[in-house]
Amino acid sequence: MHGFAGDTLASALLANGVTTVATSFKYGRPRGVVGHGAEEPNAIVQLGRGGASVPNLRATQVELYDGLDAEACSRSMAQRLVGRLGRFMPAGFYYKTFMGAPQRWTAGIAGPTALWTASEHILRRATGLGHVPAGDDPDTYDRFNRHCDVLVVGAGPAGLAAALEAARSGARILIADEQAEFGGSLLDGSFNIAGQDASNWVADAVAELAACADVDLLPRSTVAGYYDHNFLTILERRTDHLGLVNPNRTRQRLHRVRARQVVLATGAIERPLVFANNDRPGVLLASSVASYLNRYAVAVGHKLLLCTANDHAYRTALDWHRAGRAVAAVVDCRDEPHGGLVDAARDAGIEVIAGHAVVEASGKRHVTGAVIAPLDPGTDSPTTRRLDCDVIACSAGWSPTLHLSSQTGTRPRWNEAAAAFLPGDVGDGAICAGAVAGSDSLRDCLEQGALAGATAASRAGFGSGRTTFTAPEIDETPATPSRPLFLVPHTKPVSRAPKQFVDFQLDVTAADIELAAREGYESVEHVKRYTALGFGTDQGKLGNVNGVAILADALGQDVATTGTTMFRPAYTPVTFGAIAGRDVGEFHDPERHTPMHAWHESNGALWEDVGRWKRPWYYPRPGETMQDAVNRECLAARDAVAVLDASTLGKIDIQGVDAAEFLDRVYTIGFRKLAVGRCRYGLMLREDGTIFDDGVTARLADNRYLMHTTTGNAEAVFAWLERWHQTEWPELDVYLTSVTDQWATTAIVGPKSRAVLGRLCDDIDLSPDAFRFMDVREGHVSGIAARVFRISFSGELSFEVNVSAQHGRQVWDAIVEAGAEFGITPYGTEAMHVLRAEKGFIIVGQDSDTTTTPHDAGMDWAVRRNKPFGFLGDRSLDVSDHRRDDRLQLVGLATTDAATVLPEGGQLVDKPESEPPVPMQGHVTSSYYSARLGRSIALAMVKGGANRLGDTLYCPLTDGRTVSVKIVSPVFYDPDGERQNV
Amino acid sequence: MLLIRCPYCREDRSEEEFSCVGEAHIDRPESPGDLSDSEWGDYLYMRTNPRGPHRELWVHTAGCRRYFNVLRDTVSYEILAVYTIGAPLPQPPGGNES
Repeated sequence: MHGFAGDTLASALLANGVTTVATSFKYGRPRGVVGHGAEEPNAIVQLGRGGASVPNLRATQVELYDGLDAEACSRSMAQRLVGRLGRFMPAGFYYKTFMGAPQRWTAGIAGPTALWTASEHILRRATGLGHVPAGDDPDTYDRFNRHCDVLVVGAGPAGLAAALEAARSGARILIADEQAEFGGSLLDGSFNIAGQDASNWVADAVAELAACADVDLLPRSTVAGYYDHNFLTILERRTDHLGLVNPNRTRQRLHRVRARQVVLATGAIERPLVFANNDRPGVLLASSVASYLNRYAVAVGHKLLLCTANDHAYRTALDWHRAGRAVAAVVDCRDEPHGGLVDAARDAGIEVIAGHAVVEASGKRHVTGAVIAPLDPGTDSPTTRRLDCDVIACSAGWSPTLHLSSQTGTRPRWNEAAAAFLPGDVGDGAICAGAVAGSDSLRDCLEQGALAGATAASRAGFGSGRTTFTAPEIDETPATPSRPLFLVPHTKPVSRAPKQFVDFQLDVTAADIELAAREGYESVEHVKRYTALGFGTDQGKLGNVNGVAILADALGQDVATTGTTMFRPAYTPVTFGAIAGRDVGEFHDPERHTPMHAWHESNGALWEDVGRWKRPWYYPRPGETMQDAVNRECLAARDAVAVLDASTLGKIDIQGVDAAEFLDRVYTIGFRKLAVGRCRYGLMLREDGTIFDDGVTARLADNRYLMHTTTGNAEAVFAWLERWHQTEWPELDVYLTSVTDQWATTAIVGPKSRAVLGRLCDDIDLSPDAFRFMDVREGHVSGIAARVFRISFSGELSFEVNVSAQHGRQVWDAIVEAGAEFGITPYGTEAMHVLRAEKGFIIVGQDSDTTTTPHDAGMDWAVRRNKPFGFLGDRSLDVSDHRRDDRLQLVGLATTDAATVLPEGGQLVDKPESEPPVPMQGHVTSSYYSARLGRSIALAMVKGGANRLGDTLYCPLTDGRTVSVKIVSPVFYDPDGERQNV
Repeated sequence: MLLIRCPYCREDRSEEEFSCVGEAHIDRPESPGDLSDSEWGDYLYMRTNPRGPHRELWVHTAGCRRYFNVLRDTVSYEILAVYTIGAPLPQPPGGNES
C-alpha cells in the first residue's frame, strides 16, 4: 500500500481503495471510514506489535509513516463481549459475527520523495477491542506541570483568533490542537478569507503567534481532560508520527496545566443522517468527503450523492464537481432551499432534489445507490426513487464538541434554533467560542474567537477586554435555515425497516432505542446503559444527539426535556505511558532502605515489604528452606544471641512543658509519673475505642519523650498527633518531630546480648540492677554516641541500640563482629513474628482490626481509666456494644496435631461438619511453627474467647480437611516473663 | 483537581499536596463521661453532609503539615473561604449555610 507524507492512515486506506475497515461488533456487517477525525467510530486500529504497540487509535488521526503496521481492532470485541451482552443479541448473531476476518495493513516508504509503498495482507487472528501491548514499552514519556494565563483549546478559526487577541495583550498563552497542523476546519474545506485561500490567513496567524515569546504552540496535542479549578491535561504526541519506536526522543508528554482562563474553541462534529443501511461502506459525513478531497487529494468514490439538511454541505458537492467527479444529485431535506450555495450547485448543473431524503442505501458490501423519498408526502403514499452512486455524503447538522465543557459537571443545554446541545454555563474561568458555542458561520467564529481571547486575557489581568480585531472579508453566502432531522422515516416502520444505525461502534439502531422506550426506559442515562448508546471508545461523538432525539420522539417529549448524557475525561484515549511519565520501574513506588540495607543484601536476605520499607524477611543459608532458616534464627535468639534491624520503627521526638499531659491524652496509659530514663508501653486508641497503634515511649528528660510507633503506622500516627494538638489542644506547649529516619536501630536479642554489648560499651553500666528492663541509657557503643533501650519484642533479654543514621552500618558491623564468638545470628521479620507470637504479643493490624478494643485483645493491663483527662477513646470503652461478652477476643490456638500449621485467615467453627449456614466463631490472625516449642502455634480472635479456654473448635481448610484446635492462652512461652528480666 | 490556598503558606497549591480529614468543627465534648452512649455516638459518627457550603478540615500534608478549615461548596466545588483553626467563621455568600 502506498501513501503520501501528510496522509492519515484513513486517507491512505481510502486512496488505496480499502473501503471496508472493520466488521461490526454485533451484526458482523462491513464498515468503512465515516469521519475524518476524533469522531471516527469504525476505523479503530492497533498500531504495531510488541511492547510499543498502541491499541484503540482512530485511523483518521494516525499520521502515516514508513513501515506503519496496523490491525483492525473491531473483530474480537464481539467475541469478548458476547457473553455479557448476550441478551441484547438477536437471533443469528453468532453466525453473522464470526464471518469475515480482521484486517492488517502495512505501509512502506520508497525514496525520499515520500512516496510510500506498501503491501496488504490479511491475518486470520482474533484480536480484541485492541489488545494489551506485550512486553515493556521501549519509549520514554514525560509529565509536565505548567501554568498559563490563557489556554486556548483548538486552533481552528475561533481558537486562532482567540490566541491572537490574547497574545497581543501580553498574556502567557498555550494553544493546543489535536491535529498535526493548526487551522482546524479550514484545513478541510475550500474557504476564502480576505480574498485569499484560508490557508494564508492560518499561516499568518501561526507565524504571529510563533513570534510571541509567551505563546507556546502545541500541535498534535489533545486536551483530554478538564478538571476542577481550571486544571487540564494535554496529551502531546511528539514522535508518534515518525514511527512506532523512537528511543532517542520523548514519545509523548502529558501536560498538567493550571490555567487562569480557558478558551474552548473545540469546534463541532458533523451529525450524520440516520437512514436504513446507513452503515454501508461509502456512507460518509459530508465534511469528511470534503476533507479527504481537499486536504488529502483523495476522492472516496466516483459518483457522489449528497443528502443534506443545511447549506454548508453544498460545498462538498461543489468541491466534488470541481474535482471532475460526477454528482448524482443533491438531495435536500428542506422544501425550498435557496441562496448562493444552492444556486452555485444548480449553476454547475447539479440536480437539486428538494424536500427529499435518502431513506435507504443500496448495496451489500458497499454503496451502489440510494433510495430517496419525499419527507412530507402528505396523504399520498411516498414514491421512492433509486439513484446510482458509490458515495453518499450526509449532513444533518452540527454537534458542538462540548465534551470538555461538560467534564467538570456542566450539563449541556438544548438549543432549539441550532438543533443542537450547546455547552452549559462554564463559569467565569472559561469561555466557549466558535462552533462549539453554536456559531454557524466562519465570520462568527472569527469574531467570537477574538472577543473570547480578549475577554479571557482581561480576566487574567491582561488588556482591556476590547478586541482589536476587524473581521476580514469572507465570501459567505446567506444560508437557508437548516432543518432539524434526526431520523429519516423509511417507508416501513422503524421496527420493520432495514437497520438504521445510530451508534456504529456498538451497533445501536433506532429500533433499539425505540424498543428501550417501549420497555419503559425514560431516563437517557438508563437508555444509554440498556442499549449501549455512546458506550464505545468514541463516547458517542457521532451518534449521541441523534439517539437522544430519537428517544425524545419515542417518549413523546422534546429533546430539551430528555437531555443528554455527560462526557467524562479523556476526550480521546490517553496512554498509560504518558500518565506514568518517568514514574516507572524503581520510581513507580520508591523504596525506603535502612542504613544497614546493603549488609542485609550481601548476606542473602530475602525481603518483606512493610509500607515502603524493605525489611529483611529471613536470611537463608545455602540448602535451607524458609522454615529451616526461621527455625535457626528463632533458636539463636532464644538460646544465644541474634540481631535485628529495627530502624524502621516510627520515632517521634516529643518536647515541651506539656509533653506528659499530651501523652496522657493520646495513650491509654499514664506518662506523668514515668521517671526519666524509664520506658512504658502504651496503646493508642481511636475515639471509637479501637486500637490504632502501640509502642514503647521513653522519658529522656523532664519535658522530653521519645515515642515509638509501629513501622507501617508512623506517618498516620504523626498526623493524628498533630491533628489533636493543632485543632483541639493548641494551648498545650508541645512540639512533635518525626525522627524515624535520623536513627538507626540494632536490636541485640538473646541471653548473650549483654555480653555482646559489653564488648562495645564501657560508659553504661549494663548490670541487671543498674540497667533494668524498660530502662533507657545514653552512652557510647563502639565509640559512637548511642541511646540504648532495654526493651523486648521477643521476650528475651534485649538491648536496642540507637545511633545516628549515618553511623548505623558501622555500629551494626561492630555488633556483628563482637557477637561472632557467641554465634550472633541476624534475623528477619518472620522470626521476629514467631518470637513475638510465642509471647502472645499482638501486631496491630494483623491480630487486631478496626473493631478491636484493648479488652478484646486482653490488654486491660495497658489501660488506666482513672486519669484526670479522659484519653482518646476512653469514653468509647464503656459503650454498650463494647461491653458485650460475645465480642471477638484474642486467644491462643493449639492444633490437636502439633505439626499442622493453620492458615492465617482460617475460619473457626463449632462443629467439624455442619449444614450451612455455619455460624462463624472467629478466625486465625497469626500462625507459625515454633521451633522452640516443637509445635504449631496460632493467635485467633474468637467470640467470647476469653472465657472459652479449653474449648475445641474446628478450622475447615480449602482442601476439604478440617483441623481441630484447642483454645489456649495466647502466651505460649515463658508466661511469667522471666527471661527478659535476667 | 482543586486549587487550595493554604492560609499558612499563603500560596495556591494543588489538591494533591493536601488531605481532607472530614467535616470541621466537630468539637470534642468537654466531659465525655457525662454523655449518654447516644450523645457520644453523635459526636463520633453523625455528620451534616450538606449539599452546598460545607466546612471541612484539611491538612497541608506535603507542605507545612498544618491543619486548617475550608468552606467549600459540595456542588460546584468552589472554595468559598479558607481559615485557620480558631479564626472567626467566614460566612458563605448569601448566608445559606445549612
